[in-house]
Amino acid sequence: MHDQTWQPGLRESYLYDRNVIAEIQRASREGIYDIRGFGAKRRLPHFDDLLFLGASVSRYPLEGYRERCGTDVVLGMRFAKQPLELKIPVTIAGMSFGALSAPAKEALGRGASEVGTATTTGDGGMTEEERSHSKTLVYQVLPSRYGMNPDDLRRADAIEVVVGQGAKPGGGGMLLGHKISDRVAAMRTLPKGIDQRSACRHPDWTGPDDLEIKIHELREITDWEKPIFVKIGATRTYYDVQLAVKAGADVIVVDGMQGGTAATQDVFIEHVGIPTLPATRLAVDALQELDMHRKVQLIMSGGIRTGADVAKALALGADAVSIGTAALISLGDNSPEYEEEYRKLGSAAGFYDDWQAGRDPAGISTQEDTLAARLDPVLGGRRIANYLRVLTLEAQTLARACGKSHVHNLEPEDLVALTVEAAAMARVPLAGTDWIPGRYSA
Amino acid sequence: MCGIVGLFCKAPELEPRLGQYLAAMLEQMSDRGPDSSGVAVYRDPAPSGWSKLTLYSFDPEMSWDALCGDLAGTFGGAHEAGVRANHAVIVVEAEAADVERWIRGYRPDLRVMSAGRAIEIYKEVGRPQAFVAQFRVADIEGSHGLGHTRMATESRVTTEGSHPFSTGLDLCLVHNGSLSNHNRLRERLRREGIEFQTENDTEVAAGYLAWRMREGASLQEALEGSLADLDGFYTFLVGTADGFAVLRDPIACKPAVLAETEDWVAMSSEYRAIAVLPGAADAQLWEPEPSIVYAWEKALV
Amino acid sequence: MEAAELTGVEVIDLASTPLRELNRRLHELAGGARSWRIVNPNGAHAVACGLDAEIDVEIQGHVGYYCAGMNKLATVRVHGNAGPGVAENLMSGEVVVAGSASQSAGASGRGGLLVVHGDASARCGISMKGIDIVVRGSVGHLSAFMAQTGRLVVCGDAGEALGDSIYEARLYVRGEVASLGADCVEKDMRGEHLAELSDLLGRAGLDDVDAAQFRRYGSARQLYNFKVDNASAY
Repeated sequence: MHDQTWQPGLRESYLYDRNVIAEIQRASREGIYDIRGFGAKRRLPHFDDLLFLGASVSRYPLEGYRERCGTDVVLGMRFAKQPLELKIPVTIAGMSFGALSAPAKEALGRGASEVGTATTTGDGGMTEEERSHSKTLVYQVLPSRYGMNPDDLRRADAIEVVVGQGAKPGGGGMLLGHKISDRVAAMRTLPKGIDQRSACRHPDWTGPDDLEIKIHELREITDWEKPIFVKIGATRTYYDVQLAVKAGADVIVVDGMQGGTAATQDVFIEHVGIPTLPATRLAVDALQELDMHRKVQLIMSGGIRTGADVAKALALGADAVSIGTAALISLGDNSPEYEEEYRKLGSAAGFYDDWQAGRDPAGISTQEDTLAARLDPVLGGRRIANYLRVLTLEAQTLARACGKSHVHNLEPEDLVALTVEAAAMARVPLAGTDWIPGRYSA
Repeated sequence: MCGIVGLFCKAPELEPRLGQYLAAMLEQMSDRGPDSSGVAVYRDPAPSGWSKLTLYSFDPEMSWDALCGDLAGTFGGAHEAGVRANHAVIVVEAEAADVERWIRGYRPDLRVMSAGRAIEIYKEVGRPQAFVAQFRVADIEGSHGLGHTRMATESRVTTEGSHPFSTGLDLCLVHNGSLSNHNRLRERLRREGIEFQTENDTEVAAGYLAWRMREGASLQEALEGSLADLDGFYTFLVGTADGFAVLRDPIACKPAVLAETEDWVAMSSEYRAIAVLPGAADAQLWEPEPSIVYAWEKALV
Repeated sequence: MEAAELTGVEVIDLASTPLRELNRRLHELAGGARSWRIVNPNGAHAVACGLDAEIDVEIQGHVGYYCAGMNKLATVRVHGNAGPGVAENLMSGEVVVAGSASQSAGASGRGGLLVVHGDASARCGISMKGIDIVVRGSVGHLSAFMAQTGRLVVCGDAGEALGDSIYEARLYVRGEVASLGADCVEKDMRGEHLAELSDLLGRAGLDDVDAAQFRRYGSARQLYNFKVDNASAY
C-alpha cells in the first residue's frame, strides 16, 4: 500500500500501528466491541502456499477441451434416497436472507442453477426467490431456527445442520436492528428494528450423541429422501469430523477461519478457529481413518477464490468446495464502481466490510429497497454463472496439467509447499525436498 | 459423547440377573456410543484383609495362574476369581495399594482396571453388542452395576480410554458430556500424586473425585466440589461399594433419567434403556435436577 | 388424502413394526385411518413426527426424543412421559403429554398447543415462535429462553432464569419463580391477560385452575438494542 504520510524520522510501531490505535480509540469512545462483516483479513497460510507439480517426463498432460476432465460430484450417497448430483464441485455457501438482500439471493440461485450446482439458505429461512430460482437448494437448520418449518424441509434438496461457521465457531447469528426490515422481522418472528440476539447452541440438542438423534428425526420427517449435511467451523476438526460421521452425517462441510460472515465481533473473526489449509488435511485424515473418505463427502469452504484454490482443496481430498465471500464479490461487492459511495461511508473499494450496517452501495448486504434495487438479479445471476465457470475451467486446466481425467483424481502427491507452515499444515513436502515438518504421530 | 446406564438391585432375587439387565441396557445405548463399552459391577466381596483387583492384559498368552503364583509368593495368598476375555479378577491377601504398587513395579505390562473389595471393571473398544458377548456380561451376578457406551470426543479410542474409570477403592465413574478445563486440572492433580493413563477428560474427573476423597471429603462433598472445580457439560454416574450417585452440571444439557420400582433403582441417558427392565412400565420416573447429588445405598446391616 | 375421507382406527405395535414403517404410513395415510394407536413405544425417538393431516394419534407408553416434532394439524396424545424436544417446532395442531416432558419441550414451536399434565423440565418453550404451551406441573431452568412469541402457562413453579433474553412471548406462572432471566420482568395482569389465560387453560382442559392466581412475566425490552451500560447482561 502506497503510504504517503511517511517522511524521514517517522517510524510506525508494528504492535501499535494506525489500525490498532484507531480500534483502541474507537473502543474507548463506544464501549462496545467492533462488529463487522467479511472474513479474517489477516494474512494466514493458505492454498497460495501450495503449488502443483504439472506434467513432466514421467507424467503426461491431457489436451485441453478435447480430452475430457470431469467435474461432476454426487453428494449424500450414504443414507439418502435422493443424493445431490452436481455438475461442478463448487457450491454457494449458506448466507441468510436478511444478511443479504432478496435480489442477491435470487442472483445466487440463478447463477448456480445455470451451471448445475447448489445454493444454501441461511439464518433466516428459505425465501420464495431462492427456492424458485435455485434448481438445487440446501436448507440450513441453525440454532436460531428462524423460519424453520417442515414444508421447507420437504421442498429442500438437502438439509444442513449448522453446528458452527468458520468466522465464529461457537458464536450464533447476528443481525443488527437496521437490517431487521418488515419482511425480515416477519420471517424471523421478531420485532422490527431490534438487534437480533443469537443463540450459539441448538435449542433441542447438545453434543454428537444427541445430534445423532436429531439427524434421525430430520430423516424421519423427510422420509429419508434428502442428504443431511453437518456444517462445522474449523477448530478441533479431526475429532469434529469423526463425530459428525458417527452422528450419521451424509456430507460434512468444514468452514475454515477465513470464512466470511455478515456480522460478528472482529475478535471472533480474527482469533478463533484454524485456517482452511490445515482444516482440509485434518478433515480428510479423520475420514480416512474411519474408512469413510468418499463415502461421506467433504465440502471445504473459507477463502476459496480461484480455480487454483478449488483444485488444491480437491487435491487434498475434499469432494467439493463452497464459496461465500467470493460469490458476493462476483455480484459486485467492493467493486471500484462504487468508490465514491464507499468514501462517503468512511471506507473505500477493496476495504469495505461493514456488511452489518446494511448500507451496501452494491445492494447485496442491505435491506434498504433503494439500494437492493441496484442489484439486477438476472445480471447478477449471469455474473455468478460466469465466475463459477471460470473457477471450474481453471481447476480443470490444473487437473489436466497433472494428467487427470477427473478433478477428483487430484491427490496430495500432486502438491508441494512453498513455506514450512504450509508444508506442515497441508502435510505435503517443502518444494525441492522430501521434508514434511510436524508430521503427526499416532 | 456417550450413553450411561446404572442398576441397583433392591430385591436380592434380582442379583443373579444383574448382568443380563445391564447387557440389555447397554445394547439400547449402542447408537450413543459405538466406540467402546464398559461395565463396573459390585459382587462377591473379598474377605477382610484381602483385596480384589480387575487386571487387563493385551497379551493373548497371558498366564493368570503364573501371576497369582508370584503374588502369593509376595503376599501370602492370591488366586484368580474369574477371567472374562482379556480381563481377570484377582483376589490377594493384602491392601490394594500394595498390590497395585507391586504390579506397577513387576508387571508394568498389566493395567489395573479396578481395585477394592467388591468392584470389578470390564471395558474394551468395540460396539456394545460385541463387548457384551466377548465378556459374557449377561451371566454376571451382583448387587449393583453401571455401564457405559462411548463416542469419543477429544481423545483416542483405546481400552484404557474407555469408561468406567476407577478413581479409588470400590469407586468408579462414567460420564456423558465434555469437560473444558480438564487439562490444567490434570496437571494440578498430577502434582498431588494422582496418576493418569490417558488424555481423557473423564479420567480427570475420576482423579479429581479420588483426590478429594483421599483428602477427607465424603463422596457427596467431592461431587459438590466438582460443581465448582470442573467446567463443562456432564452427567456423572458414580459407583460405590454400597450404591451409586448421580450428578448433573448446572447447565444440564446432557440427558439423564432415573427410575425406581420396589425391586430396583435405575439410571440412564435415555428411557429406552430403562424400558428393558422388568416392571419398567410402572416405574416411578423422574429427571435429576442440575447441581444436586442423588445417592442410593444399601441399608447398613 | 383429505382428512374428511379418513375413517377407522389403525393400531401399530412398535415392538414388531419398525419406526420407519410407522412414520411412513402416518405421512402417506394410504390406509385411510383417521385414528391411530401406537403401542409399546418403549422410549423410541421421533415417533409420529412430521405429520401433516387432521388425524388423531394415541401413544400408549413413554416416548423418547422429538415425539410429534414439526407436526401440523394432527392431535397427538402421549399416555406416558416424553423425552427431550417433544413437539419441537410444532406448527399447528395439538400435542398432549399425560405424564412429564423432558427438556426443550415445545422448542422453537411456531403454532398449535402443547399440554403437559406432569412437569416439563429445563428449557420448556426455548426459542418459542408462536406455540402455546400449558404445563400443569412445574418447569425447569431457562424455560422460555429467547422466547419470541407465543404463550407459556405454568401452573406449578418455574426454575432459574425464567424468560432469559425473552422477546415478545407472554408467560403466566401460578407458583414460585426461582429467578427471572435477563430482561424478563413481572408485568401487570390486566383484563385482556386474564381472558387470554382463561382461554388457554380452557383449551388445555384445565378448567379446575383459576386464572386469577397467576402472575404475568414478559420482556422489559431493555436489551432490544445494544447500550453499553447493559454490557453486564451479555
